[in-house]
Amino acid sequence: MGSRASTLLREEEIEEIKKETGFSHSQITRLYSRFTSLDKGENGTLSREDFQRIPELAINPLGDRIINAFFPEGEDQVNFRGFMRTLAHFRPIEDNEKSKNPTASEPLNSRTNKLLFAFRLYDLDRDDKISRDELLQVLRMMVGVNISDEQLGSIADRTIQEADTNGDNSISFNEFIKVLEKVDVEQKMSIRFLH
Amino acid sequence: MELFFNPFDNLVCILLGISFTVWFTLLLVFIIVPAIFGVSFGIRRLYMKTLLKIFEWATLRIERGAKEKNHLLYKPYSNAIIAREPTSLEEEIKEIRRSGSNKDLDAAPEFEMSDIFYFARRGVESIMDDEVTKRFSAEELESWNLLTRSNYNFHYISLRLTVLWGLGLLIRYGFLLPLRVTLAFTGVGLLVFLTSVVGLLPNGRMKNFLSEKVHLMCYRICVRALTAIITYHDSENKPKNGGICVANHTSPIDVIILASDGCYAMVGQIHGGLMGVIQRSMVKACPHVWFERSEVKDRHLVAKRLSDHVEDKSKLPILIFPEGTCINNTSVMMFKKGSFEIGATVYPVAIKYDPRFGDAFWNSSKFGMVNYLLRMMSSWAIVCSVWYLPPMSREEGEDAVQFANRVKAAIARQGGLVDLLWDGGLKRGKVKDTFKEEQQKLYSKMLLRLSWDFP
Repeated sequence: MGSRASTLLREEEIEEIKKETGFSHSQITRLYSRFTSLDKGENGTLSREDFQRIPELAINPLGDRIINAFFPEGEDQVNFRGFMRTLAHFRPIEDNEKSKNPTASEPLNSRTNKLLFAFRLYDLDRDDKISRDELLQVLRMMVGVNISDEQLGSIADRTIQEADTNGDNSISFNEFIKVLEKVDVEQKMSIRFLH
Repeated sequence: MELFFNPFDNLVCILLGISFTVWFTLLLVFIIVPAIFGVSFGIRRLYMKTLLKIFEWATLRIERGAKEKNHLLYKPYSNAIIAREPTSLEEEIKEIRRSGSNKDLDAAPEFEMSDIFYFARRGVESIMDDEVTKRFSAEELESWNLLTRSNYNFHYISLRLTVLWGLGLLIRYGFLLPLRVTLAFTGVGLLVFLTSVVGLLPNGRMKNFLSEKVHLMCYRICVRALTAIITYHDSENKPKNGGICVANHTSPIDVIILASDGCYAMVGQIHGGLMGVIQRSMVKACPHVWFERSEVKDRHLVAKRLSDHVEDKSKLPILIFPEGTCINNTSVMMFKKGSFEIGATVYPVAIKYDPRFGDAFWNSSKFGMVNYLLRMMSSWAIVCSVWYLPPMSREEGEDAVQFANRVKAAIARQGGLVDLLWDGGLKRGKVKDTFKEEQQKLYSKMLLRLSWDFP
């Protein structure tokens, strides 16, 4: 029920998460309440089933890939810190952050990190390259049974042809960034909080 | 030694005897007799006003306590946490593509790598806040109502507040709970006994008249057993014989609330145990529609029995909760179309509980029935409003699902609830794949740039 939520999260933890992710105090407590309400097993971590219980996520064609993004390599459980770290990618970029100290480590919600999140949705085996097969897999997830293999194959080929600049028949992260350099990533990959 | 104890014992016995007599007389005069005649002394409303004042004071104290410690209070937001734009798949993906290229959209390639942004964002939005899962757990309150079960800020409680809370605990568990349990047993006991007695009479006007009176009386006693303070609106629209009454479902108490103001034929599955005893005796006095467990699966049988019942104008209107499960009273979820296919006049009823006095929602995965009833009887009160909406019938060219949605929208609008298309069955089951397939179809249309008649 999320009732004891804010009392279980210590002030020090909230401060640490604030520093790491940039969320505000009230946003963190609100998301902690959400975390505990999803955590049906009440053991402080979320499993893949906990995410799949959300109907709107279950009907999202890329639902499974998005859920995967929360779980680090080979793990089945994600704790609140990991949860927040992934959600931080979708925090809107505020103007005052752009002029921050350039030598400080890049914030989780920078343009590059947002693009990296999207890149990892395609790159299933995390080898930093989107192969033709991986692209086909994602396309198949998004279109279901409505498009034939040949058509899908030609779409994939065309996409790789346009993006691939070094001729290795796959899309690296830098090529990915180049293709999307004009897209308004800051706005399209951001979720605005009401409070 | 014996002589010493005797007069003392006598005195204790006499005192106990007097207090019991006084107790039962008060009970009879102030609660049971009014229940029989359907009048009210107004004690409950006075009680409600007093409680509200105390709650406001308690909330102010907590806020003051938090400010002194310079901490931020946990404030539950009953509205959404994040901003969600209601744009469609097509619109959003077009917008993403437009921002990414200067080319004319018609000449643009069918697929763009940036299309994935739409799905990613929608997915993460639903992880942060979705419309469905929060309907299956109790609503969070903004002010504190002196029940520990609903407080999230209890390290800001001062001594005075703790004393008040302790007093409240004493009153609720020491005085109110025993009183209510006594009343509940009285109400149920009378129901079983009197309906069996009435059942012995031959069918006719006398039997119907008595059965009505008996049912109303016992339900009114049960209403007082819960200290339910109910406000009925628009009683001129009350359901009539041959109709079907539909209402939004929050708890089993809904039945008691509606049935204490009018007579209905209940629909449901026969249970074993105490519930079964009550059901079997009720049906002796007037025809309710009880199904055996095996019959429930047979939709045609269910529909036939219901339509037979509504066709007989001498029988009472049927009471049905089309959501099929308890929802937490912040929204109305999908109505099952079964009751809307029968073709009878539908009388919609909206029930809205005031959560400040006690949370009426039955979270059946967390609490069993007995546990739930005990929680209800140890809350302050159950305060709710009931609106009888004007009757609706299925219109020409409208199918059962559209009719059900129209009724649902009317109920949601009146009760101030969110109107959702999602199935209440999602409380326990998985969502159907057809919804995902719809999304995939929409996206495929964009890729192939076909017209909207794509099958």
